[in-house]
Amino acid sequence: MNVITMLALGLGAVLGLFLSMNAVDSGIYFHGMLLVVFCVGFAFWIWKRNGNTGGPADPNSVVDYNDDIIRLGLILSVFWGVIGFLVGLTIALQLAFPVLNLDLPWTTFGRLRPLHTSAVIFAFGGNVLICTSFWVVQRTCRARIAGGWAPWFVVLGYNLFIVLAATGYVLGITQSKEYAEPEWYVDIWLTIVWVVYLLVFLGTLRRRKEPHIYVANWFYLAFIITVAMLHIVNNLAMPVSFFGAKSYILWSGVQDALIQWWYGHNAVGFFLTAGFLGIMYYFVPKQAERPIYSYRLSIVHFWSLIFLYIWAGPHHLHYTALPDWAQTIGMTFSIMLWMPSWGGMINGLMTLSGAWDKLRTDPVLRILTISLAFYGMSTFEGPLMAIKSVNALSHYTDWTIGHVHSGALGWVGMVSFGAIYFLAPKLYNRERLYSLRLVSTHFWLATIGIVLYASSMWVSGIMQGLMWRAYDSLGFLEYSFAETVAAMFPFYVIRALGGGVFVLGSIVMAYNVYRTARGDIRDEKPYITAPQPAQA
Amino acid sequence: MSYETLAVFARTWGLFYLIILFVAVLFYALRPGAKKQFDDAAQIPLRED
Repeated sequence: MNVITMLALGLGAVLGLFLSMNAVDSGIYFHGMLLVVFCVGFAFWIWKRNGNTGGPADPNSVVDYNDDIIRLGLILSVFWGVIGFLVGLTIALQLAFPVLNLDLPWTTFGRLRPLHTSAVIFAFGGNVLICTSFWVVQRTCRARIAGGWAPWFVVLGYNLFIVLAATGYVLGITQSKEYAEPEWYVDIWLTIVWVVYLLVFLGTLRRRKEPHIYVANWFYLAFIITVAMLHIVNNLAMPVSFFGAKSYILWSGVQDALIQWWYGHNAVGFFLTAGFLGIMYYFVPKQAERPIYSYRLSIVHFWSLIFLYIWAGPHHLHYTALPDWAQTIGMTFSIMLWMPSWGGMINGLMTLSGAWDKLRTDPVLRILTISLAFYGMSTFEGPLMAIKSVNALSHYTDWTIGHVHSGALGWVGMVSFGAIYFLAPKLYNRERLYSLRLVSTHFWLATIGIVLYASSMWVSGIMQGLMWRAYDSLGFLEYSFAETVAAMFPFYVIRALGGGVFVLGSIVMAYNVYRTARGDIRDEKPYITAPQPAQA
Repeated sequence: MSYETLAVFARTWGLFYLIILFVAVLFYALRPGAKKQFDDAAQIPLRED
């Protein structure tokens, strides 16, 4: 097995060298070298570990789980989270104070914006999904993860994809597809990593000692398979040269737009929703120490969610060249999504039924619970904005940005923080987190940050939409575009403030996780559970 | 295959296929005999470690 791994890494290094030697642009030259460094570094590291692919964090564990790899995923998740949020804060400040673009090509909003979106969605979100899925699939199958070095390749190879994408954006390499900016060669690398991920996941399911496949794994599997399909179809492109970064996409015109938003909305539906619902269905019951409210509802939730989401993409193309009937399909399916979304939210929240008092004494459970509340809010707002007449006002305005962030910070961010807080003490075999009080601090910082962010963007977005459609008595537009930009200034400042508070919360989390890893326990006032009434 | 043939096929057979599949899912989830099995499945995460 080791021989095959080493051979593959050797081939990868040679390929990287070959690309660099023949490169027609500096991007491929640099990225070829990165591939060499990755392959050589990975091979050296495998050699240094001397066949040890990882073991369980808890020495008394009955099953030989691979927790080493999840520990790496946890560190990467926290690292990319803080980086991604910081870049977001930077571009939020750039919108308010354009001087912060620094007049350098590498630091302009246009290049840093995809860096922010990719860092938070793919680097932070992706690492959280991969590491939690490896934890959940091992525990709920009661089996060690499949493949010796393969899961390591998934985590490390996925992070190489992130580095390739991020450095490419800053250098100006992009195919200009939102949330799919990386060029053809980075797309191929991600495809290889993703197929290995699917095989590792399926292999682990196959090894399971538990006859039933727990519902969280269904969500993870739907996420892995659908993202593979979306990624491949949306990125079918022809490179100009095999030694150059530039490529042209196979699709053109409105077909390209439809495929882009079929991809884009299902990145929301399957990456940011189905994957994170997998987290919810495992970590909420674990933290609440109660089974999910209704397992039957979770099955109906799963199938209805994946049936409906795949059709909702055209709502990004209202009032465009896309045929009307296709726009209407997108709108209709988006509205129908209310049902499974709220079904899932209720299923998660009602898991606490009979144990609501735990919210007072367990800040980790509080974070997981508020993530469900934000999931409910943003999945209510989304279908509303997909209605054509509402979209006529909301589209292209800050309202969309506010909506995205209430979902991304509130749902995806919070549920990830909950999972990280759950995993940190377990992965380092500690009795508990360094500090529960700091978890509570993080909870409040993050929540206040999101509220400032979302509410300022509602006001700004609706104002912007109304100013754009205001006519005077002679039928002329009442405001110039620059006037709408000037009017948004105070809201941009409030948004940056909210973002700053949210970043601060994530730094508190990073500190807490670091101290937990070191094995410290903070001397603090404990949370005391309410005295139980005496039995009559 | 023309556009019309594909559209008619999608509007008829595609629709029935998805409806039947969804009814099958509902039956699978809600059939009375499954209660014990699903109650047991819900305990999977809590049983480990």
